[in-house]
Amino acid sequence: MSVLVFIEAADGVVKKSSLEAVSYGFKLAGASVTAIAMGSISSDELAKVGAAGAAKVLHIADSRLDNGVIQAYASALTQAVDKTGADTLVLATSSLGNAVAARVAVSMQAALVSNVVDLPETGSGFKVKRSIYTGKAFAMTEVTTAKKILAIKKNAVEIKEDGAAASVEALVVNLTDADFAAKITSVDKAEGDVLLPEADIVVSGGRGLKGPENWGMIEDLAKSLGAATGCSKPVSDMDWRPHHEHVGQTGVKVSPSLYIAVGISGAIQHLAGVNSSKYIVVVNKDPEAPFFKAADYGIAGDAFEVLPKLTEAIKAAK
Amino acid sequence: MKILVCITHVPDTTSKIAFTDNNTKFDKNGVQFIIGPYDDYALARAVELKEASGGTLTVLNVGTAETEPTIRKALAIGADDAIRVNAEPTDSFFVAQQIAAIAKENNYDLILMGRESIDFNGGMVHGMVGELLGIPSFSPVMKLDIEGNTAKMAREIEGGKEYLEVSLPFVAGCQEPIAEWKIPNMRGIMSARTKPLNVVEPSGTTENTKVSEFQLPPAKGAVKMFTVDQVADLVKALKNEAKVI
Ligand SMILES: Cc1cc2nc3c(=O)[nH]c(=O)nc-3n(C[C@H](O)[C@H](O)[C@H](O)COP(=O)(O)OP(=O)(O)OC[C@H]3O[C@@H](n4cnc5c(N)ncnc54)[C@H](O)[C@@H]3O)c2cc1C
Repeated sequence: MSVLVFIEAADGVVKKSSLEAVSYGFKLAGASVTAIAMGSISSDELAKVGAAGAAKVLHIADSRLDNGVIQAYASALTQAVDKTGADTLVLATSSLGNAVAARVAVSMQAALVSNVVDLPETGSGFKVKRSIYTGKAFAMTEVTTAKKILAIKKNAVEIKEDGAAASVEALVVNLTDADFAAKITSVDKAEGDVLLPEADIVVSGGRGLKGPENWGMIEDLAKSLGAATGCSKPVSDMDWRPHHEHVGQTGVKVSPSLYIAVGISGAIQHLAGVNSSKYIVVVNKDPEAPFFKAADYGIAGDAFEVLPKLTEAIKAAK
Repeated sequence: MKILVCITHVPDTTSKIAFTDNNTKFDKNGVQFIIGPYDDYALARAVELKEASGGTLTVLNVGTAETEPTIRKALAIGADDAIRVNAEPTDSFFVAQQIAAIAKENNYDLILMGRESIDFNGGMVHGMVGELLGIPSFSPVMKLDIEGNTAKMAREIEGGKEYLEVSLPFVAGCQEPIAEWKIPNMRGIMSARTKPLNVVEPSGTTENTKVSEFQLPPAKGAVKMFTVDQVADLVKALKNEAKVI
């Protein structure tokens, strides 16, 4: 198997989920994994890709690719697949990754499987497990094409950190004006926060927090854990919190090792976004709240009392 | 403006997920089917765009005859006519081929759909259709305005959003808050009965993937409860038992 891994970076920093994809590629193909990165990325960042398991990093150092221009990325990636002769492209399932991979799948005539959670079974044919029904089930998916694209679900693979330094090679591809037909006019980003979809710990608040002015308590707890903050849908609908924090069926699907839900009732649509979490802690003043049924640990109590105590206890335990 | 909205027919978000026939088929027993929630956002925005600037709005579903009530609902919400490609939608590329074939015949200015279906969560049909047609594709799109031949949109990126400008035509995978879901009114429901719903047979037949078996996650153990005064014990459990902090 000849594996190429697509690296996504934000502001020149390689995403954690892309390192997971590299480590997946390494498990798939061993030491021969090549990665491809685009836009302005420092050599220190590219070194992380080597540590995660890539032997070689192809770098398209074109600053027009600093933002994720979907068509240009797809075109560059298709050319990279051609040039390297890769038969398998691995990447992270993400808002950019899926949009790009779908186009590449057509141009390289490959099957695309997203939300992959495990290594393939290759005994008879090629079967790979993916998460479906928003985390409520899995499908063993048989891939019938010679070329394949696997988009790996976040936090499904552990990052390997003992790889060697990768050799970095510049790659030149031919990008046309049509590839840049869409103009990105501006980008709004949350400052300095842990990215919610990638976070290892998430602290989420619901309508039980009563209003946006009380989010300081959620942020304090999140800070004590190095966690990202999330919220339920009504909270983002009411503009208490930005939309990109909305977790659930119609929002961000998270799969952290720890999800802490405060003042969230546990509606099935919210659970759909968190059911891949390894551990769930629920704080709710209603002991009958449905969320407790999906939780590993729970406190039936008032968030306004529990949150400061919990934050203190975590700080004390560190 | 000619708008195409592609909709999925999926289990209601509260459905119990179970499988039959040796875990090879989804158990439809007692399950309510709805327009995919993301597709519903796309449809709602398409209705608004049509109301604002005129034109036509067609809905398209790749599915068997049992999806027709879902298609009628989209007609009741405001689509003018509908096309059903008569086939089981089991593979994303297969579905994308059907949509692209219909789009090639009809030259839509705008092709909208949800960012992903809520059954298989593939999140790839919009991009495949874009590539098959050789036009741009965007997802997840959370704001879309059209002035003349130019669209301005916001696309969600992880931890924020980016603003884009592009000329028509293109494909967009939509999500909230692009518009609010619309509930059909009585007049819509009545008129939907007589709006055209054309059934066509599938064209391309390439399927790149096939599900060999479904699986359910293992059941969760019982929750361990702590009182407000035992917060320190909870922290201990997270540290020593779960080992997550
Ligand atoms: C198609 C569809 C898709 C949807 N998608 C999503 C989605 O993606 N994400 C999502 O979250 N929702 C989604 N919803 C909405 C979902 O059904 C619920 O309405 C929503 O999750 C409820 O949010 P909540 O738990 O914050 O609010 P509520 O249900 O109002 O719950 C508030 C909770 O806070 C508790 N509480 C109140 N005061 C306190 C206090 N002082 N201390 C501690 N606890 C307190 C209450 O006991 C209650 O359990 C969707 C719905 C539909 C129909």
